Amino acid sequence: MNIFTKLGQFLLMLKGMFTKPENFKIYWKELMHQCVELGIGSLGIVSIISVFIGAVSTLQTSYQFISPIIPRSVIAQIVRDSVILEFAPTITCIVLAGVVGSKISSELGNMRVSEQIDALEIMGINTKAYLILPKILAALITIPLLVVIAMALGIWGGRMIGDITNILPHEIYDKGLHETFVPYNVTFALTKAYSFAFIITAIPAYFGYNVRGGALEIGRASTTSVVTSCVMILLADYVLATILL
Amino acid sequence: MIQIKNIQKGFSGKSVIEGVSSEFETGKCNLIIGASGSGKTVLMKCLVGLITPDSGEIIYDGENFSLMSQDQLKIMRRKIGMLFQGSALFDSMTVEKNIFFPLDMFSNETKGEKQKRVDEVLDRVNLNGAHKKFPAEISGGMKKRVGIARAIILNPKYLFCDEPNSGLDPQTSLVIDKLIKEITIEYNITTVINTHDMNSVMEIGDRIMYMYQGKKEWEGTNKEIIFSKSEKLNSFIFASEFLQDAKDMRMLESKGKIDQNRDMEKLMGE
Repeated sequence: MNIFTKLGQFLLMLKGMFTKPENFKIYWKELMHQCVELGIGSLGIVSIISVFIGAVSTLQTSYQFISPIIPRSVIAQIVRDSVILEFAPTITCIVLAGVVGSKISSELGNMRVSEQIDALEIMGINTKAYLILPKILAALITIPLLVVIAMALGIWGGRMIGDITNILPHEIYDKGLHETFVPYNVTFALTKAYSFAFIITAIPAYFGYNVRGGALEIGRASTTSVVTSCVMILLADYVLATILL
Repeated sequence: MIQIKNIQKGFSGKSVIEGVSSEFETGKCNLIIGASGSGKTVLMKCLVGLITPDSGEIIYDGENFSLMSQDQLKIMRRKIGMLFQGSALFDSMTVEKNIFFPLDMFSNETKGEKQKRVDEVLDRVNLNGAHKKFPAEISGGMKKRVGIARAIILNPKYLFCDEPNSGLDPQTSLVIDKLIKEITIEYNITTVINTHDMNSVMEIGDRIMYMYQGKKEWEGTNKEIIFSKSEKLNSFIFASEFLQDAKDMRMLESKGKIDQNRDMEKLMGE
């Protein structure tokens, strides 16, 4: 199967999701369930990663700033902009591609192999709408929120490590955060977050939904979906940076 | 009644079903039998619309299933219940929720009415007390019964069972067969069963269609199957020496040429 066939199948899958729900209440319940699964379920790992990325950014930036001419508050500016522009949206989403992507892919793959998707189809349920759409919508709702949390925690992590190691007192760090702040950077980061949220749910959903075979194929689909999602995130990151910055 | 006319289906240029035509009667257990790879599962998937046949017609009580739009198909499918080979229960839901699911999705009844219906159906399949268990916590036979309960919860007009006895011991198989038969008569539904279990053929097979390499080889009742002249069918059904002996005895018995007790003694002696 060549890449164009797969792309065509992917687009047909997306098109197939948009039909009138058989029962709005059940779809809403599923959406809320997915918000909890994808959003709240990923909060822990996102928090840990963000704090450490912010902390390491402060340490490494400080290590490279040996010139006495440059004010120390610039470190905070660099950490802030790095976290907002790149680390919070991109690194968080690459991690989520692994966590969320493999979960979606293996869940749908297992449902396909054990005929649960067929059982839903027999009942007259649009499985693309019921199984895939809530996952994509939940990601579009929760992942930008996770990215905002990642931004805050990343910046806080940098501030905390500056204080702990005495590299950068928090008064200077806070001063630096307020200097030359560009609000558009947050808009740009959120645009990336929405794009990546779509990528890390739609691609694994496609691979999981179309699994044929058994346990081995589920594993393969999971790996392929994570790899493809990560590559697509990096590609989208480059394209968005070129267009929007 | 379900009629199929000249169904053809192939994959990657290889023909899997070749011009199969038949009728599945209402209120009866219609069996599709055949060796593994004979095309019976593909035929069943064509019947329920999971696979689109390359050509041919599928007619449900005068309505041409093959010509239905997506919306019509959705409505039609609510009249269909299916028991899958592996039961296909939703493993994140309890037994009760598995059965509730189609009701929640399609019924406007109150919660109390739905609960009553679920209890009735679980009682019908002798699964009282299994409400709160998860599929992973119940046996294969119980899973099949939950599958049957889920298939009949919306009062379907048509019931499809794909290998209902696979992986079950002979005694549990008989229980499942009996249950399917009773439900077929009680609800007056058209039941189509895919199987290669010879007990099922003899016990519940009101109408039997034998498939061989994608073609219909033989059709008849479980009474007629004994006297079939089809060599392929005979070698499939009476594969073991024991079954061949049993068949010979049954044929002689039916012709009045044998004293059953005397011959049984002879057989036991041997």
